[in-house]
Amino acid sequence: MNVQHNIESERMSFWERIYLPEIGRGLALTFKQMFKPTFTRQYPEEKWIPTGSYRGRPVLVLEEEGERCVACGLCSRVCPALAIEVRAAETDKVKERYPEKFEINMLRCIYCGFCEEVCPEEAIIMSKDYELVFTDPKDAILGKDKLLIPIAQLQDRLEFLRQYR
Amino acid sequence: MDAIPVGALIIGAKLFIIVNGLLVIAAYLVYFERKISAWMQNRIGPNRVGPLGLFQSFADVFKLWTKEDIVPAMVDKRYHLIAPLISMTVAMAAYAVIPFGEYYVNGANIMVVAPGIDIGILYILAMSSIGVYGITLAGWSSNNKYSLFGGLRSAAQMISYELSMGLALIGTLMISGSFDLVEIVKAQSGGKWNVIFQPLGFLIFLVAAFAETNRAPFDLPEAEPELVGGYHTEYSGMKFGLFYLAEYVNMFTASCLMALIYLGGWDVPFLYEQLAGIGIAQGNPLLGFIQFGVFFAKVVPMLFLFYWVRWSLPRFRYDQLMNLGWKIMLPLALANILLTGIGIMLLKYFGIM
Repeated sequence: MNVQHNIESERMSFWERIYLPEIGRGLALTFKQMFKPTFTRQYPEEKWIPTGSYRGRPVLVLEEEGERCVACGLCSRVCPALAIEVRAAETDKVKERYPEKFEINMLRCIYCGFCEEVCPEEAIIMSKDYELVFTDPKDAILGKDKLLIPIAQLQDRLEFLRQYR
Repeated sequence: MDAIPVGALIIGAKLFIIVNGLLVIAAYLVYFERKISAWMQNRIGPNRVGPLGLFQSFADVFKLWTKEDIVPAMVDKRYHLIAPLISMTVAMAAYAVIPFGEYYVNGANIMVVAPGIDIGILYILAMSSIGVYGITLAGWSSNNKYSLFGGLRSAAQMISYELSMGLALIGTLMISGSFDLVEIVKAQSGGKWNVIFQPLGFLIFLVAAFAETNRAPFDLPEAEPELVGGYHTEYSGMKFGLFYLAEYVNMFTASCLMALIYLGGWDVPFLYEQLAGIGIAQGNPLLGFIQFGVFFAKVVPMLFLFYWVRWSLPRFRYDQLMNLGWKIMLPLALANILLTGIGIMLLKYFGIM
């Protein structure tokens, strides 16, 4: 007879079948765990600083001579969640176009990073900011005042983009 | 106005201490459960409310008090209300006969609410059986299939394990010859603890106690992956809180029973002879406090065992639970009685006992 037996009494020895020594081993394991160091980060006091690869809140790069953005509208076009709204205007500067209005609705943003990928000027990039709390839906629509961040604070992300894109 | 009898005052004072003490203990049991589970999982646990998070449980209870008590439309309102009350009342009623020490004032032991009750263990077993009513009624009155499952499981589980529990206790009763918990502790004095003579009985009692208190690995009545919340799914606010606290009071009761019946209660070999030598004997209130302290020091490891097992072992399946209860625990408990009987007969035959 070509039958394979696989019953509990054959798989396990007597001591395994009465469970108690195995339970004892399990208890010993959890007891050992009690004295190991914890990995908890006490959040509001200790904050995690992400690396350059982190995709947080999208921001606009602000250089000394002004914003990089030329209001081409590609980010707005590519945004899968329709979170970005751009209205262009003209100036007399070397760069002839600038965004008169640039709004990101953070309730819609899904942090996909497409806007950053599509931007020809590297003007909109993802920042390290992950503390995004709004107490009113109106507050969640960020205008240019909140979006423009000096380039000095964004070096990690720009470096990351230069290396890996 | 008639004078209030002193006896009634003393009983009232004891009840006040027991009820309030138990509620505080239950609150802190919740805190320690969270702390110990956190340590076992390499976490920190509650540490925000008060120093080391010590007031966390009060914050939790306060939250439960202030929460809206939602009663679903189709529940049986009477039983829905009565069920948590039964659970809590019955859990606390067991403390009428649990002694915390043996200190006599005017010939009565004041370390127990109702002194001199000679059916102590029977009373506690009866109370823990009535506790099933709370859970089963909660499951049934909720008009919810999952709650009903939880309630029925609880009923089946408790009936199965009550049997082994009672039979396991018979061994100790044969040794001590009394149902009175104080007498049982006295019979163990001088280091003759029942855990040494009844290791099998202790093991069976321990497993049955886990099942009786609905604690892991026997927490099938509230198995959250299968039954949402089990019997308390449809409860909110302080009604849920009562179930929650009753579980911890039951756990404390089981730990007290294990300390009393198997670990010798407040007995430490040679301690009381030494204390009597330096004047701490009956009549010195310090004796009562020392007995209580020793007793508590034995209850705490048992409580830790409850936590430890809960956060280590996976939950039993329902058929495994029933197999263990009826096919293994019950025959073992019967064998334990037989062995104890043979042992006592042999000891008497050789004139040792």
